[in-house]
Amino acid sequence: MSAPLKPLPAWADVALIPLINVAAAFVISGLVVLAIGENPLEAVKILVAGALGDLEGIGFTLYYATSFIFTGLAVAICFHAGLFNIGVEGQAYVAGLGAALAALYLGFLPGYSLVFVAIIAGALFGAAFAAIPGYLQAKRDAHIVITTIMFNYVASALMGYLLVDVLRAPGQMNAETPGFSKYGIVPQFHVLLKPLGIIWPDTPFNLSFLLALACAFGCWLLIWRTRLGYAIRAVGANPTAAIYGGISPARVTIVTTLLSGALAGGMAANVILGEEHRLILEYTAGFGFVGIAVALMGRAHPVGIVLAAILFGMLYQGGAELAFDKPKISRDMIVVIQGLVVLFAGALEHVFRRPVAALLARRTSQPPI
Amino acid sequence: MNPQAPAASAIELIGIDKSFGPVHANANVNLEVERGVIHGIVGENGAGKSTLMSILYGFYEADSGEIRVNGKPVRIRSSREAIDCGIGMVHQHFMLVQPLSVLDNVMLGAEGGALLAKGAAAMRKRLAQLGKEYGLEVDPDAVVGELSVGLQQRVEILKALVRGAEILVLDEPTAVLTPAEADQLFEMLRVLKRQNKTIIFITHKLREIMSLTDRVSVMRRGEMVATYETAETSPPELADAMVGRKVILKIDKSPAHPGKVVLEARNLVVSDDRGVVRVHDVSFALREGEILGVAGVAGNGQSELLEALAGIRPPASGEILVDGRLLRSSEHDPRAVRRLGVGHVPEDRQRVGLIMSFEACESAMLGFHDQPAFGRGILFDRRAIVADAARIMEAFDVRPRAPLLRTANFSGGNQQKIVLAREIDHDPRIMLVGQPTRGVDIGAIEFIHKRIVAERDAGKAILLVSVELDEIFALSDRIIVLCGGRVTGERRPEETNPQDLGLLMAGVSERAA
Amino acid sequence: MGFEDLLSVLGSGLRLSVPLICACLAGLWSERSGVVDIGLEGKILVGAFAAAAVATFTGSAWLGLGAAMVATIAVSLVHGYASIDQRANQIVSGTAINMVADGLTALIGNAIWSQGGRTPQLPDSALFNQIQLPFVDALRPIPVLGPVYKHLISGHDLITYIGFACVPATYWALYHTRFGLRLRAVGENPAAVDTAGISVRGLRYRAVIICGALVGLSGAYLSISQAAYFQPHMSAGKGFIALAALVFAKWRPWPALATCLLFGVLDALATRLQGVPLPFVGPVPVQAIEALPYLLTVVLLAGFIGKAIPPRASGIPYVKER
Repeated sequence: MSAPLKPLPAWADVALIPLINVAAAFVISGLVVLAIGENPLEAVKILVAGALGDLEGIGFTLYYATSFIFTGLAVAICFHAGLFNIGVEGQAYVAGLGAALAALYLGFLPGYSLVFVAIIAGALFGAAFAAIPGYLQAKRDAHIVITTIMFNYVASALMGYLLVDVLRAPGQMNAETPGFSKYGIVPQFHVLLKPLGIIWPDTPFNLSFLLALACAFGCWLLIWRTRLGYAIRAVGANPTAAIYGGISPARVTIVTTLLSGALAGGMAANVILGEEHRLILEYTAGFGFVGIAVALMGRAHPVGIVLAAILFGMLYQGGAELAFDKPKISRDMIVVIQGLVVLFAGALEHVFRRPVAALLARRTSQPPI
Repeated sequence: MNPQAPAASAIELIGIDKSFGPVHANANVNLEVERGVIHGIVGENGAGKSTLMSILYGFYEADSGEIRVNGKPVRIRSSREAIDCGIGMVHQHFMLVQPLSVLDNVMLGAEGGALLAKGAAAMRKRLAQLGKEYGLEVDPDAVVGELSVGLQQRVEILKALVRGAEILVLDEPTAVLTPAEADQLFEMLRVLKRQNKTIIFITHKLREIMSLTDRVSVMRRGEMVATYETAETSPPELADAMVGRKVILKIDKSPAHPGKVVLEARNLVVSDDRGVVRVHDVSFALREGEILGVAGVAGNGQSELLEALAGIRPPASGEILVDGRLLRSSEHDPRAVRRLGVGHVPEDRQRVGLIMSFEACESAMLGFHDQPAFGRGILFDRRAIVADAARIMEAFDVRPRAPLLRTANFSGGNQQKIVLAREIDHDPRIMLVGQPTRGVDIGAIEFIHKRIVAERDAGKAILLVSVELDEIFALSDRIIVLCGGRVTGERRPEETNPQDLGLLMAGVSERAA
Repeated sequence: MGFEDLLSVLGSGLRLSVPLICACLAGLWSERSGVVDIGLEGKILVGAFAAAAVATFTGSAWLGLGAAMVATIAVSLVHGYASIDQRANQIVSGTAINMVADGLTALIGNAIWSQGGRTPQLPDSALFNQIQLPFVDALRPIPVLGPVYKHLISGHDLITYIGFACVPATYWALYHTRFGLRLRAVGENPAAVDTAGISVRGLRYRAVIICGALVGLSGAYLSISQAAYFQPHMSAGKGFIALAALVFAKWRPWPALATCLLFGVLDALATRLQGVPLPFVGPVPVQAIEALPYLLTVVLLAGFIGKAIPPRASGIPYVKER
């Protein structure tokens, strides 16, 4: 049994170690790039240029970031309650169903209220789908990790069936729903800004971004400034003390998963209502899992999540450009980076503590503790 | 070797010293245990008995000192080395694998080969033989998890014997046994002694010492205080050595003026998480304006009693009445109990009473976070929360006065003051207080004691659970003693003394023989 | 459905269950020792890729298999290090492995062969091919037994036979050897093992290595036996089905075999029953059958059909009480 960890100064704890963890992920990714015979620094240049070099790149970056903010928040809110929600992928998928059904069948609603209702419907469907594993954990002690993994596949099967056999537009070859009316879509920025004389390139970047930011702020308020948030954090930090304080961990678990699923539904607003304008197969494309990396990297704090989401947005957009320029560095590279971030920010987060503590102790010439 | 020399002692501990940070758990302890003898080690909580035995069994290494087994100096750095020296330990919390059979558990670590079949056959024979020899019969194919606690303990003992233990250490073995099972255990130990095994028996119950041991050593506050031949001593003498001539902290306390009964327990039976009954048929009445002290060595049901009264652990049977009204089963809930005006200072502030990662002002809200004072609408009124925390920290002299500092960064005494401040500030009529000064420095102890008495003078009813006798004496207007989950006695502080209470705490009561 | 049809489905089911069985046993060894492993999915991919890549370069299926096992053992050790020595959250570690494996296998495959991550088609000589057991044709005419022998028992590749053999081997090792006893104990009560003088860490690392070896078998089967190449994401959730099977089988070897066979047969049935109307229900959507293993696992976990209690120390890093 080795010596106990030396305490680190607060700034090292909050900023330095997380930065080192993320840096480690990128350094190893760079080594992978080297191993396949490409220049990592050149790759970074292309990536950054592709993501931020022009308005079109920025638009795509922020569009992806919007989805990541929603999925990141969804995972993070569960983290605060001590729950690991791996099912955001499936919850976002089912949320898409809610949004699509509303957009397609509630057309009798006046004007643009339709899209608002569709967004809410998406959130409701996502919430309901997430609450099932939540309830099973709270009341039946079924491990939420395994159940949410299972439910991802159930969602896939369910939605596959619905899209192929039930909701498909007649005569349509692809497994997708008919397109939505103009009242059932979230307007894209370039469309909104044209009448004002501002010309932006055609990108999927849409108003859901503002909704995402609002949700991030809302989450911050909820978690740190409301009684529910207090209860959530208490259960996540110390369930025994929470019970002592009159809080019910079961109730908190269910409410948290409901909120988490609702946040996952935001991705439906961004992608289904904001860009595709129809429900398509597997639209979530792994973004639910990116949410895990974003939440870990952002240390479950909305500010960190927004920043991490933008970083991953850059990776996805820049990564597409990079794959185009350097076919050897395919878009799978981003998944590797994502996984390494989860590894270092999530699993191996303490591996650098001892060397850093030793380094700091030496530099301030204090005797080792 | 000189044939005339006396046989070497089975165990000799010479100058054992061990500290954990500021806590000096063992201070220059000397112990000599002769072979073929049942040697008891007795002392209160925190006396250092468990630490000493952990050193003997290789869990810890002493900072200094020497261990000799059968006259030979040895180094024991792991359980393996202890086993090799012939030392076997029966832990207080059994080291058994519940889903496996008795045979599997006993074989673990002594399988006798890479394939089990051969070793299993041999082990079965050995178990049968040991069973007959020592009266330790157990069905080798029974699943350990399904055995009674007494039988599980037998398996623990068999495990040690099977590995050739010549020296058996038992740590508080009767804590989970019924009196009948305890008597059976003693019989087994006597048989073992007749076979020239050496037995070290750790307990705080004097009845057991007197009936079982040949020799007894007393530890107090990390030191080995005395060793007696059991036949030549008596419970009062032992209790005296256990608690020592302590200076009783005297605080100026005006006499109590108890009013009406506000909290009553009737025939409470409370079980722990494993279903073992910890509180057996306890009844008492608590009045306004009095402090009722519950004395007893830790682990005798006080924790479960407090949890039942606080609504955290519903009682298996019995009744709790607040203001003469029976609590319904739906009210056995911390929130409901708090609403009835019952404050609770839990025994374990770090695990139960506070949330270490929260800011101090957030910990100061625990249990009361839905009060309107902290925010009228959906959102918290952050300024009010911080101001409130600052206020109570000022009133209770919590240092540093930093409501935004993480709770974990406060010292133990200041953490306790935060808990106390929180509970008192919400003006409960009844207070349940557990170990209020555990791990708290002297200055804070005095402050906390003064505040508790002040609350009593203001007409609150206070139930004080403490393992510290001087605290019990300093604060209580009335004292009841718990041992083995039962009330072994009730006294007024002026009619008793630590030795008398020590006897009650050690199970020697008017009622239990 | 005629008898031959039934045999055909069972045969398909059996072949589909092979990667499940190997991965499930792998998970069993790990979780029984107390290390939760949800990274099976990623490790299958690593094994599949390594097998195909090395088989392509060397032309040898055996070297491919060896490479697969080396690679998966290496990945398992990373997970083991994180879980045992770093006391990390084992779920997070497993998730990370899944992600990295998914991306890395596709990336490297694409970088080398530029076919979108697919490895080149392997010739028969570099694959584990069907092995016809002796007397197949001679026994063919025997009613029932003959066809069963031909379709179900004979005609499988080596990995299948090894995989199936691992089930009784696991059972025997787990319940009849010293190592197995200690391993079962450490997953339930590591403190008991520690106080008996046995190294908890050593046991868990050994379990993790065995897990790695077995999951390598699973991956290799996919790319150098069932198919003749590696394709990104080809594990297609098998790692998670194996996990589901493990829970369903309550962490025991023979029930694990039965469950994996069941899931394999369900998979084979799914394609068979597509569009075929069943009495009362009508045409069963293939997705319903696909979802069945997952739903069953959830039902089991929720305690609706008996209790699934994992090894008591599962997922909890062992810290000596000090």
